[in-house]
Amino acid sequence: MVSRTSARRPFKPRSLVRPVVLLLLTALVLYPLLWMLGTSFKAPEEILNNVSVWPQSWTPANYPDGWTHFDVGFGRYFLNSFLVAVLTVVANCTSCLLAAYAFARLRFRLRGLWFAVMIGTLLLPSHVLIVPQFVMFRSFGWVGGPWPYLPLIVPHLLATDAFFVFLMVQFMRGIPRELDDAAKIDGCGAYSIFRYVVLPLSRPALVSTAIFSFIWTWNDFFRQLVYLSDLEKYTAPVALTLFIDSTGQSAVGPMFAMSVLSLAPVFLFFVAFQRLLVEGINTTGLKG
Amino acid sequence: MSNVAVSTRPPEPRPRSGPAAHQRRGRPTRHRDDGRAGYVFLTPWLLGFAAITAIPMLMSLYLSFTNYDILTPWSDVEWIGLKNYERMFGDDPAYWHAVKVTLIFAFIATPLKLGAALGVALLLNRSFRGSGLFRGLFYLPSLLGGSVALAMVWHSLFDRGGSVNAVLGWFGVEGRAWVNDPDTALGTLILLAVWQFGAPMVIFLAGLKQVPTELYEAAEVDGAGNLRRFLSVTLPMLSPVIFFNLVLETIHGFQGFTSAFVLSGGTGGPVDSTLMYTLYLYIRGFANYEMGYASAMAWVFLITIGLVTVVLFRTGRFWVHYSDGDD
Repeated sequence: MVSRTSARRPFKPRSLVRPVVLLLLTALVLYPLLWMLGTSFKAPEEILNNVSVWPQSWTPANYPDGWTHFDVGFGRYFLNSFLVAVLTVVANCTSCLLAAYAFARLRFRLRGLWFAVMIGTLLLPSHVLIVPQFVMFRSFGWVGGPWPYLPLIVPHLLATDAFFVFLMVQFMRGIPRELDDAAKIDGCGAYSIFRYVVLPLSRPALVSTAIFSFIWTWNDFFRQLVYLSDLEKYTAPVALTLFIDSTGQSAVGPMFAMSVLSLAPVFLFFVAFQRLLVEGINTTGLKG
Repeated sequence: MSNVAVSTRPPEPRPRSGPAAHQRRGRPTRHRDDGRAGYVFLTPWLLGFAAITAIPMLMSLYLSFTNYDILTPWSDVEWIGLKNYERMFGDDPAYWHAVKVTLIFAFIATPLKLGAALGVALLLNRSFRGSGLFRGLFYLPSLLGGSVALAMVWHSLFDRGGSVNAVLGWFGVEGRAWVNDPDTALGTLILLAVWQFGAPMVIFLAGLKQVPTELYEAAEVDGAGNLRRFLSVTLPMLSPVIFFNLVLETIHGFQGFTSAFVLSGGTGGPVDSTLMYTLYLYIRGFANYEMGYASAMAWVFLITIGLVTVVLFRTGRFWVHYSDGDD
């Protein structure tokens, strides 16, 4: 059927439009990324005025240069970023799952009200709360304290990422209620149903939450910029801005080398979980 | 992500009708246990809502009427009434500049981004060899584009010696230092936002898949051409998804911070041309420690975003078409 219609159809130049447009778009979309990657391997004299993605001579020198460009090595910054991201993942997965189970499966007073409140916080910009939160965390001695990541992590422990609560509620709606009923007949209460029915079946939602939490925390800049003041405690994005201030031309290569490294984890997640990521944004928005 | 395209009612935990409910009625129910368990599971969220959201919001409202600046002790904090608001609206040119920059950014970048997203989604809608690959590649900037690293790349590409000028030079167009020119700096930020069209594109693609093919067939039988089919079938059927993306991206657009911060070195320059609202709030609150003033800014920001959302929903009634017979 398909082959017959296509054989009958005469060649039209219009059929070339889509592939050409797509290839041009691909070039436009990928150029900044490839240019960054290529430039991170260029020698200092080649970096200025260079459109090319491909270095004339490849030199890896920018990477060790960038790694030790500041007094505190970038290894430390990546470690800090990693720590914050992993703890955020654990916190989000735990707290949002508990809240989602309550909203999706349990019946209790004022449930409708609390659910509406949770939905209301979905669109609340973080910038609106940053000042009072900063004042509060500072009064606890958390800002500039020995472990300044508390303000970055504690809110996640308390399920303030309404987006993930919502994502998991949406997911749990799809778990058949007959399983709950069967478990109830076997004498399970709300806790056992959570432990033996909902928790094991929520793995896909947990994986989505973990991946998105990691990527968003890894890329987050605003909150980390506000809360981290000690050079030693900087995360990778905050440390990268140090390159803005060091204006010398010699810093450009190392800057892009570290930029590439800072994007590498996100890119690897993208390669590994591409389908899940792309489907993830759909399940959150369009199911229901 | 949003309460737009889905029901905002909580899911019904147990069906109250049907034979199962009837059977259950005879036995003692677990309602009280369930109720207690509900609050046990909800405790972290409730604590978070109170301590991280509600109390700080009230505190921010209070601070907005004070001269609080974090360096003076609480006992010296003065209630100054509406002074912060008066200063903001009447006596701070930079504030209005920030408002202007943010509105221009949100209302230009959002339609451009959504237009690009819809256009590319239409190109990718028919599945062909490699369509999945293109979808993935175009989505990639949405994951990476908000980072500090990409903003730095953008700065270099649009600098005087950057690639953009070099390419323009091939066509004999004289370039300029786009990022350092007050007339064009915001334009580069808008382009960076449009470059991240992948996320709304993926949502559009999912929406396009749900348009029943019968509608297209019917339109074709009626002699509708490509354009007619797009205007009379695709657009109305896609309008809920367009609306969803529009609300999301507009609100998102108001909050642009990272790229403006990095491209201007944290100043909002040149000549305040990239002074996004959130960046100005950051400068007032965390560079100048004018926490009272920054709180007032935050409240005006919140109310503005709320109003914009309400307006979007109001206008949405006139052009968003729900096919499930709700209206």
